[in-house]
Order: sequence, then structure tokens, then C-alpha cells
Amino acid sequence: MADSGETGGPVKKDGIQQAKTEGKELTKEEKQRLRKEKKQQKKSKEKKDEKASQESEKEKKPVSSASPASQPPTQPITPKAPSAVPTLVPVPASETPAPADKPAKSKAEMKAERRARQEAERASKQGKKGEVGQQAAPGKPKAPPSELQPVVKRLPEHVQVDNPEVLKKLAKKLERQQTPEYNAATKVKIPLRSDYGYKVSLFSHLHQYSRKAPLTQQLSIPSTVIHPAIVRLGLQYSQGIVAGSNARSVALLHAFKQVIRDYTTPPNEELSRDLVNKLKPYISFLNQCRPLSASMGNAIKYIKKEISNIPSQCKEEEAKSKLLNCIDRYIDEKINLAAKAIAKSSIEKISDGDVILVYGCSSLVNHILCEAFEKNRKFRVIVVDSRPRLEGREALRRLVQRGISCTYVLISAVSYILPEVSKVFLGAHALLANGYVMSRVGTSQIALVAKAFNVPVLVCCETYKFCERVQTDSFVSNELDDPDDLIVTRKGKTQLEHWQEVPSLGLLNLVYDVTPPDFVDLVITDLGMIPCTSVPVVLRVKNVDQ
Amino acid sequence: MPGPDKETDLTERIEAFLSDLKRGGSGTGPLRGSAETARETTALLRRITAQARWSSAGDLMEIIRKEGRRMTAAQPSETTVGNMIRRVLKIIREEYARSRGSSEETDQQESLHKLLTSGGLSEENFRQHFAALKANVIEAINELLTELEGTTDNIAMQALEHIHSNEVIMTIGRSRTVESFLKDAARKRKFHVIVAECAPFCQGHKMATSLSEAGIETTVIADAAIFAVMSRVNKVIIGTQTVLANGGLRAVNGTHTLALAAKHHSTPLIVCAPMFKLSPQVRRLTNEPDFYNFCEILSKVNVHCPVFDYVPPELITLFISNIGGHAPSYIYRLMSELYHPEDHEL
Repeated sequence: MADSGETGGPVKKDGIQQAKTEGKELTKEEKQRLRKEKKQQKKSKEKKDEKASQESEKEKKPVSSASPASQPPTQPITPKAPSAVPTLVPVPASETPAPADKPAKSKAEMKAERRARQEAERASKQGKKGEVGQQAAPGKPKAPPSELQPVVKRLPEHVQVDNPEVLKKLAKKLERQQTPEYNAATKVKIPLRSDYGYKVSLFSHLHQYSRKAPLTQQLSIPSTVIHPAIVRLGLQYSQGIVAGSNARSVALLHAFKQVIRDYTTPPNEELSRDLVNKLKPYISFLNQCRPLSASMGNAIKYIKKEISNIPSQCKEEEAKSKLLNCIDRYIDEKINLAAKAIAKSSIEKISDGDVILVYGCSSLVNHILCEAFEKNRKFRVIVVDSRPRLEGREALRRLVQRGISCTYVLISAVSYILPEVSKVFLGAHALLANGYVMSRVGTSQIALVAKAFNVPVLVCCETYKFCERVQTDSFVSNELDDPDDLIVTRKGKTQLEHWQEVPSLGLLNLVYDVTPPDFVDLVITDLGMIPCTSVPVVLRVKNVDQ
Repeated sequence: MPGPDKETDLTERIEAFLSDLKRGGSGTGPLRGSAETARETTALLRRITAQARWSSAGDLMEIIRKEGRRMTAAQPSETTVGNMIRRVLKIIREEYARSRGSSEETDQQESLHKLLTSGGLSEENFRQHFAALKANVIEAINELLTELEGTTDNIAMQALEHIHSNEVIMTIGRSRTVESFLKDAARKRKFHVIVAECAPFCQGHKMATSLSEAGIETTVIADAAIFAVMSRVNKVIIGTQTVLANGGLRAVNGTHTLALAAKHHSTPLIVCAPMFKLSPQVRRLTNEPDFYNFCEILSKVNVHCPVFDYVPPELITLFISNIGGHAPSYIYRLMSELYHPEDHEL
């Protein structure tokens, strides 16, 4: 974000806005943020003198009669300070994000001030606050941030569509999210995508967009705010050209590599801080095009961590090449090598004469089957497909090209075909911390029917898709696809063509659903074969490693 | 001459009916609903009774059996034809027994006691000639026809007993019975219906448009989302193609998945089926689905597109028929009232 001097106005509000952005993208990385914060506090102490002018502006915001020095002066950092403060005072935290939105907003701002003040005082007292591992939810739009317990993570915006205040905030935030352009006169903003069509009441808290109205139509030209690679990526996401968890993550990482290559550090800025800020509007844009997936979220966290870990004395070229290497390594390790490891374990599970059922198009499962076929296992595959995406056809194409004998059915025929099946291999979009598998809609159905017929269900998932969220049903957090996709012409008649005109008719096109862990027999990951319930253990191990 | 003319006329009608049946099956889906098929079959049987040459009940039954075999062979998946034939055969037996005397009237069933004591029940060969038999049989068939015409309304009348307000009801595909059931309830209660579209033919779309035109809040979902939304559903109400002798169903494909999902969430599964769908068959282990080549992707791929699913009786909570509601365990009893055991195999 630009220097606060330029944006002027309620700097405080900016801070909160940013805090929200911060929290939105880094909700899970408590320790990382604290570490960053510590580092920045240290840095800020060194640079105190340089930023004297900026400090005075910051002083406006949270009443810092206290040592402004301790306030990390540069803007991106400032909001972090109040936000990431591990609990200090009994902030009257109503932990629940749900209630008290608007009346609490002004309270939230006041609390933010208070908090910032306290943070300044505390930071001045001691250099290090221990790794409390507490994450106060930064100024959430809805609730007064909770300082005491980290239990309440911030509720992402994309599941609060039914709250108009949240939408207003998002709109304002997108407005302000400009890349630190040197010429702040070009207030090009990231457009806010509007919902389309009648939403089923059960899902009124989610967005529903139309594919025919891509976000890029609302972008003004020239869009200096957003890097063209990102615009292209966003368009590919929203039109469904790039689809699938792995594909989206890899595409994202490649686009970020391009961004990093084209990046130059503006004067008086540090690469580690500035680049992160530059990425924020891109991420918001991509989020608007299509909500981020869990794997993408993890990848973004990793990149941000890497960027902020770059030491300040590193030269720009060096830093950039370092980052590019990091990204390459991430892709290599987490996706390619993981796929190889998973394929190796899975091939042990495939025996000759097996009839394997797969659903939709999972790149990992396809990879496994092709590998197994190359190792001369004799098996045949049944591909189950479902409307309206009909991704199974793509999987079918790939498998048949390799020479694997395949059968194709629609999901409604699965109970007809299941008696022939010996194993079911499913891919996952994310594995949640309570053991539930989040995957393409229809996966839970297949697991259910397979369980009823006593057929083992194996889920294949890389560890970078493990996610700390918990969810028990497919309603609270999901994605609604374009409802027009359900329309189809049969026998020359299109029944649902004019569904918008009929007031009591709604079309529901869900994208994901969650499978309870008792339907899944085994999860094959690059760390080995684990039961579904061991996912939080893996997460913990990963966190400790980091 | 009235005789040969009537006969040729009759055979023409039978042929027309048979070709209709054949066409209805081999096209892109059933051209007519089961109710119409049942009605037409019964009407045709009445005509056969009226116009064919027969002297005793046994002859009539033979003729009907022969025609019946041809009809069921024309379209094996349309079981209502066979059901109606068996009903009419049972009617003939009853009328015959009534004409003969009242001894077997009260209990036509084979009970163990009867088998021991009388022994010769099945020697009945229906050879006696009764003048009034024809008229009686035709009258009884007329009653059957009236019953058939009123089935949908009878079922719909029970709707308010089963649907409370603000419910979320799920259904699959398109069933005229369920449609009128829900529309009837919608006159007095407000509720929400979720329709699974039932690919590949997507009959659910037509159901949804017609329900929403009646003012019912309807949502169309893809088949893949059935389990995902099931947790918010209060009741599942479906129609079926056939009710089997063990209380199981032969219904449109996807119903088994729906039933399993309902069982998992302990949601009651209610089947609206008029009595003429009750069939004395049990599930044939070699399931004969109808193969419809729906998508031609590559020639190296097998494509399966079964039209029907078998749903075992354990997954069903209630049957609603024109004579009231029954548990699946009671179906065998109903069947023995409708059909004579000797007619189970035509």
C-alpha cells in the first residue's frame, strides 16, 4: 500500500483494512506472523530515524503517546502490530464472529487503537514476546477481535455474502488495494464481482457468479494495478480453463514467478515488505475470479513466508533468483515428487485383475493409474462422471490413450456397477483437520455407496493440500458454480431455459462436498499411508518442521 | 358378419397395442406413463372378454394368458401390463367361483390347512359354462378401470397427512404421482422441494418446472450433489416403476444412491406407488438393464447406461398407495390379495 501520507484520510481505517487483508490471507500462520513481527520490530528499531516522518503520521492512528519508535513505522507493518498482538489485555472479546457487526465496528476501531497502544507499550518494554502462538484475529469486519484465545479464526469473506456490511468492506478494500504505484493519481481499483441469478436460500451466504460475466470485463484499461500474467490467470480460473487443485496451484506459482521476475524494488522500500504488498491485490483479484483453493492458500503462505524471510541486505537480483528457486523447489517437492511417492505406495495396493473405480478427473489418480499400467499391472478402470462438469471424459481420454481398458458410467449408475468393483480411488481437493475429505461434489456419494457394498475406498492426497479448517457439512463453506450450467437440451426441448423468470425455481450447482472419515478406508500421502483421522497429526508435524 | 369382423378388429387392436409397447420401449424413454399403460391394457382386456370367442372361464383365461405373454414379451420392462393381466385373471377366477357357488369365495388362498383337508382345490379347471359370467367379468373389469382412474387422486388426497409446513422434501426424476401428491399438499402448506435431475435424460427438469409453476419453491440439483444436500432434507418422496414382491423397488437409476443417502441421515423414504405397480416378480439376479448408448466418446470404451435400479426393502420407510399407507413388510400380503399364486407365471 502506498505511503500513508498519500492516502491520507482515515489512516486508522486503512490500517484495519489492511489488518483484515493480512488476516484473511495469513489466518493460519500464527507463528510465522509473530516471527515476522519480531523481526520487523527489530528492524524498525534500527530504522527509527529514517522513518521519523512516517511515524508522525502513524501516530495519528493509534494514539501513540507511547514510544512510536516501537511502532514499526512502515505502513504494512503497522496494522500487523495491532492485529497480531498476542493477547494482552482482556479485550472484551466476543469470540464469535457471527453477531454484532455494525455496532461493533466502531468498537472494533477503538479496540484496535487501544490494542496498538498497548502493543507499543509492551514492545517497548521487552524486545521479545514469547512465541505464545496466540493469534488474535485481526480487526475482523464482524467481531471485535479476540485477543485471548486463538480459537476463533477469522471468518473468510467468501462465506459471508449474506452480510451486506462485509460486502461493503470488501468493496472498499478492493478500492484501496492499489499496487504501490508511484503515481497515486491512477486510482485503478480491483473490481468487485457481482452475484448472478437467484440463490438457493440455504446458500445465500456464498457467492454465485456467472461464467459469462468474467471479472476482466470490469477492469479498466490500462490496468496498471494488476500484472498481465495474473489477469490471464484469473481469466483462466474463472472460465474453467485451468481447473483442478494441482493445476491451479502450479499455474499460480508460475504466474508469481513471472511477477517476481518483472518486479523492481521501488526506492526506499525493502523487497521483503514491498513484494508482499504487491502480491496482495493480485491475490484479491484472483480470489474474485474464483475463490482460492486450500492448496493455493498454502502455496501463497509459503511464498509470503519466503519473501519476508529474505534478509534486508540481500541484493535485488540475488533475492529474486532465490525466490524463483524457492518456488521451483516447492513445486518440485510438494507436487512432482509427492506424486511419485504416492504412486509408489499406491501401486502396492493395486493387484492384478483389479477393477478400479475413479471419479472425475484427478491428476494424481490418473498419474497413479498410468504408472501402475506401466509397471504391467493388469487391471481395468471404471470412470464415473457427473453433470454438469463432465470431467470424467477428460480422465477417460487420458487413460484410453495409455491403453488402459475403461468403462464409463454416470454417477447415477454407480450402484449398478459397484458390485463389479474391487477398489475405489478418489482424489481430494483438501483434507480438513477433522478428517473430512473435501473434494469434487459427488465424491461423498461414491464413498457412501462403496461403503454399502463393502468396497475399499482409498483417497490420494499430497500433504500440501492439508488444511487446518474443519467442516462437517457441505453448506457452510462451498463454491457455487454458474447455475446456467445445469441447463440442458434433451429431445429438442430445454426445460430450464427460462428458469430466471420463474420466481420459485432455483438451480444449484455445487462444486465441492465433504466426505466423512468413516467412509474412507485409507489416505495415501507422500508421507505414507495414514487413516483419515491422522490428518491433524500430520499438520502438527508440518508446523513444527516449519 | 359381426363375428369375423369383430375378431379382425380385435386382433388389429391387439397388434396396435403391441407395437405401441415396443415403440415406447425402444425409443428415447417411455412415451407414456404407467397409468395410461395400465388403463389401456385393461381396456384391451375388456374388449377381448367382450369380443373373443370363448365358452368357459378356462378358455377365456387361456386366451388372456396367451395375449398376455405376447404383450409382456413386447416390452419386458413395462410391468404394469403383466400386472393388469394378472388382475383380470384373478377377477375371472373370482367371478367364476361366485357363479359356481360360495364355497371358495371366502378364502381363495392356499392355506396349509386347506391343502391338507381339501387337497383338490387346484383341480379346478374352470370348464363350467355360466351364462352370466361374461357380463360379470366385464362389470368387474369396469370397476377395475374406475379404480385405475382414481389412483392418482387417491394418493394425492393423503398428501396432507405426510407433509408438514416448512419441510424440505427431496425427489428424483419425474413421477406424475409424486407431482400431483406435492401439488395437492402445496395448496395448503408451504414447503421446499429439491429435485435431483436424474441424468442422462434429466426428467427432473420437467418436474421442477411444473412444480415451480404451481408455486412450490423448487431447487434443481445435479445427481452428484444428492448426498451433499441430504443433511438438510426432511423427507424423501419418490415414485417408482415397479414395486416388487419383497417390498423392494425397481425405480429409475440413481434411486438406490438416494435411498442409501437417506438411510445414512435417517431420513424417511416414502414411495408413492399405486397398486397397479405391484408386481409378483422378485429381483432377477441377472439384472437386465436397458442399454442406451448415450455418449460416443471413443470406440474403445464400454458405456453403461442402466435405466433402472433395484432398491432393497430395508431402505424404504413407507409405501403410499391408493388404498392407504403400508410398510414394506406388508407388501407380500397385498400381493396375495391382488393376484392368484398360479398366475404369477403367466
